[in-house]
Amino acid sequence: MAAVLEVTDLNASYRKNAVLERVTFEIQPGTLTAIVGPNGAGKSTLLKTLLDQHPRLSGDVAFFGSAFRKVKSRIGYVPQRGSVDWDFPTDALDVVTMGLYGKIGWLRRPGRTHKEQAMRALSEMGMADYAGRQISQLSGGQQQRVFLARALAQDADLYMLDEPLAGVDAVTERVIMDTLQRLKRQGKTVMVVHHDLQTVEDYFDRVLLLNRTVIAHGTTAEAFTREKLSAAYGGMLRWLEGKSG
Amino acid sequence: MNTLLSHNAQWVLLSTLILGMAAGIIGSFAYWKRQSLMSDALSHAALPGVIVGFVLMGTKNLPVMIAGAAASALLGALLIDWIRSSTRIKEDAAMGIVLSVFFGLGIMLLTFVNRTAGGSQSGLDSFIFGQAASMVGDDVRLMAGTAGVVLLVALLGYKEWKLFLFDPAYAAGLGLSVRLMNGIYLAVLVLVIVVGIQAAGVVLMAALLIIPAVSARYWTHSFKWTVVLAAAFGGGAGAAGTLLSAAGAGWPTGPFIVLAASATFAVSLFFGASKGLLILYIGQRASRRRLTSQTVGPVAAREGAGR
Repeated sequence: MAAVLEVTDLNASYRKNAVLERVTFEIQPGTLTAIVGPNGAGKSTLLKTLLDQHPRLSGDVAFFGSAFRKVKSRIGYVPQRGSVDWDFPTDALDVVTMGLYGKIGWLRRPGRTHKEQAMRALSEMGMADYAGRQISQLSGGQQQRVFLARALAQDADLYMLDEPLAGVDAVTERVIMDTLQRLKRQGKTVMVVHHDLQTVEDYFDRVLLLNRTVIAHGTTAEAFTREKLSAAYGGMLRWLEGKSG
Repeated sequence: MNTLLSHNAQWVLLSTLILGMAAGIIGSFAYWKRQSLMSDALSHAALPGVIVGFVLMGTKNLPVMIAGAAASALLGALLIDWIRSSTRIKEDAAMGIVLSVFFGLGIMLLTFVNRTAGGSQSGLDSFIFGQAASMVGDDVRLMAGTAGVVLLVALLGYKEWKLFLFDPAYAAGLGLSVRLMNGIYLAVLVLVIVVGIQAAGVVLMAALLIIPAVSARYWTHSFKWTVVLAAAFGGGAGAAGTLLSAAGAGWPTGPFIVLAASATFAVSLFFGASKGLLILYIGQRASRRRLTSQTVGPVAAREGAGR
């Protein structure tokens, strides 16, 4: 089967500092991949560069065999929660409806069916009761669920999430992981920037270990080993000492 | 009060009302884009262009002066962007630099022009603090036209503006051109500023953009109503400021517009229906009372059962 995402020799930098160097990997359909690596490894930059939000110095990126701008609507991006101002005057349902804007068409108004679709996406995330709630009055976990609901409403084929589990409550963590597993069962592809090494083996079937370049990539059993982790984290990880293999 | 009833005064009043509404709308975009200070920098940056426009024509030719104002405000915007992206200077510092340099340059040019023959009677001084009374029928039509453009842009792309202002990264992911939206936003902002400076002045024009938008957020959680309210507050402040400044001959309009806008802000801050201090206080008191009755209730019940 053709790869959902093919990245070849990708390079990117912030000012003079190289952040991504010769990054090469392929993501197959129907997989749930954790992107793991130390702070400053370029995990978020990788997502942003793939999505044309950060300039690419060189390299090729192909989503479903095409350039990103041609297949934008098939990609659901969930940015970090801190990337927006939650004081913005709007409610949860309205934010989720934004996921449908591409489908509604520019300069057109969302109709009742769109509101219903958005409401369904909110319900899937267990947020139906909060539809009319001003977004600043939601907890961090609830805000994260609203963000994921917005991507669900988009009905994409590939979902890319930037730290969706950072600082969320246990209920949210379970709802989000259940949803991602369900998407995978439906044949969708999911990539998640993930910071909590303890849960990688429970949650993900594939791991992309990143530290400016790809250290390891494969099934969790292949790539998430003590040896490869210490290569990525430079042996500074106390948690590794307790890990076998 | 006779001046208020004159035909021209009614036109002036109408035009500042319309101007205030347009400023309220684009001002709320600027506010939620976290660029309130940008509107202040651009207003100040318009001054040198006004004077250069006057010098080029040798007379007070409004279209040329407005074109000059737009050119120098846009140059200021480009400079801010260039300083921010190619040096380590932060955006607020870049705005501060551009604001003061352009305003200083404008005042310097104005001083030279005022010394020349005819320059001192040119009425150019009124661009600093605004002089709504100096406006004529053409100015009113210009302002009405501008307001129409702003209203059209805001209404047509309402959904796009909301997305662009709330989450530009996601907007880009959905295929909305953030560059195009930025361009339209900047063009409309500059347009409102340059047609507004004659009435409100370059120094205080920003108040008409910022204060109505800030006041509106105390009343509602809906973006639509935020924009509508900002337009209403802006229009009200523009008209009220004009009325007040008409009470004395030669009184500048800008300061009175600012005072009127500040009055709506003060009322909003204290009595705003959604974030006002009074409503927050009442809410806090109610939840404290609930908490007290909850903790006292079960204890009393237990004591009763023990007996």
